[in-house]
Amino acid sequence: MIPLSYYLVLSAILFACGVTGFLIKRNIITIFMSIELMLNGVNLSFVAFAAKWALLGKSNPLSGQVFVFFVMVVAAAEAAVGLAIIIAVYRTRETLNIDQVNLLKL
Amino acid sequence: MWNLVIESQSASLLGFKLQNYLITKLRNSFMLHLILFSVFGLICVAGAVNLLLQRHPINSALSLVVVMGSLAVEYLLLGAEFVAAIQVIVYAGAIMVLFVFVIMLLNAGEEEHSQGSHVAWLLGIPGVLAVTVIICWALVRSEGTAVALGVTPEASKAFGNAADISQLLFHQFLLPFEVTSILVLIAIMGAVVLAARPESDRREG
Repeated sequence: MIPLSYYLVLSAILFACGVTGFLIKRNIITIFMSIELMLNGVNLSFVAFAAKWALLGKSNPLSGQVFVFFVMVVAAAEAAVGLAIIIAVYRTRETLNIDQVNLLKL
Repeated sequence: MWNLVIESQSASLLGFKLQNYLITKLRNSFMLHLILFSVFGLICVAGAVNLLLQRHPINSALSLVVVMGSLAVEYLLLGAEFVAAIQVIVYAGAIMVLFVFVIMLLNAGEEEHSQGSHVAWLLGIPGVLAVTVIICWALVRSEGTAVALGVTPEASKAFGNAADISQLLFHQFLLPFEVTSILVLIAIMGAVVLAARPESDRREG
């Protein structure tokens, strides 16, 4: 039996690592991976709160896990579209460095 | 009659022994939970930090797989078997394969450092560290988060199996579920349109 706060601290650390990666990385694909890391951190706190809800005997203790399911679906859709955009950008610019991708138009 | 008394005494002794045994077992399972949580939590954080330190995107992708795999174990510790399975299949499997595939396709090399990245290192890391410490401090201090979580035998039956989740998903969350299917359809079409070669390009090639 582990305190809820341990899980929340772990999820906060993962989220912070994701934000740091988003700020310091210069490769588009790695920035995208940092976003996935942030989503994973949030998922962990969703599941931890769902477990707390079940422990307290509330109704619908599984809602948190259903939300994790939705987050994963959205993450999959986002990865598909985002990676397609990265391929399109690379085809026109010949680079993956975001410092050189500074126009909205392709 | 004496026999009866002796029997009841031995029964109570047996009960006492059983109680002791259960308590030690519970304590052992707490230690096991804590050890598993700490080990996989450390692996998770190490993978996340490694993602930041690596310069080559393929190394970052592999450390992200490590993070997701150890997160699946954390979900199992919380009793969420379905989410753990989905985490391994969808996240560590499908999504990361897509990432690795694109990295290979674009032949991505090591990232270069620039003026902007130095500024981001200098400002970003202290800022994020400060925010993390504040959040962790607040979480550990607040009383609502002191609830101990774990899987008891009764809870594991009722919590986190696929049947219960599908019950919820197809009754209470039916509309959001159907909307997600449209979202995925649109995402597939968008990916095909974006990643396809432009018409002019195709004629030349």
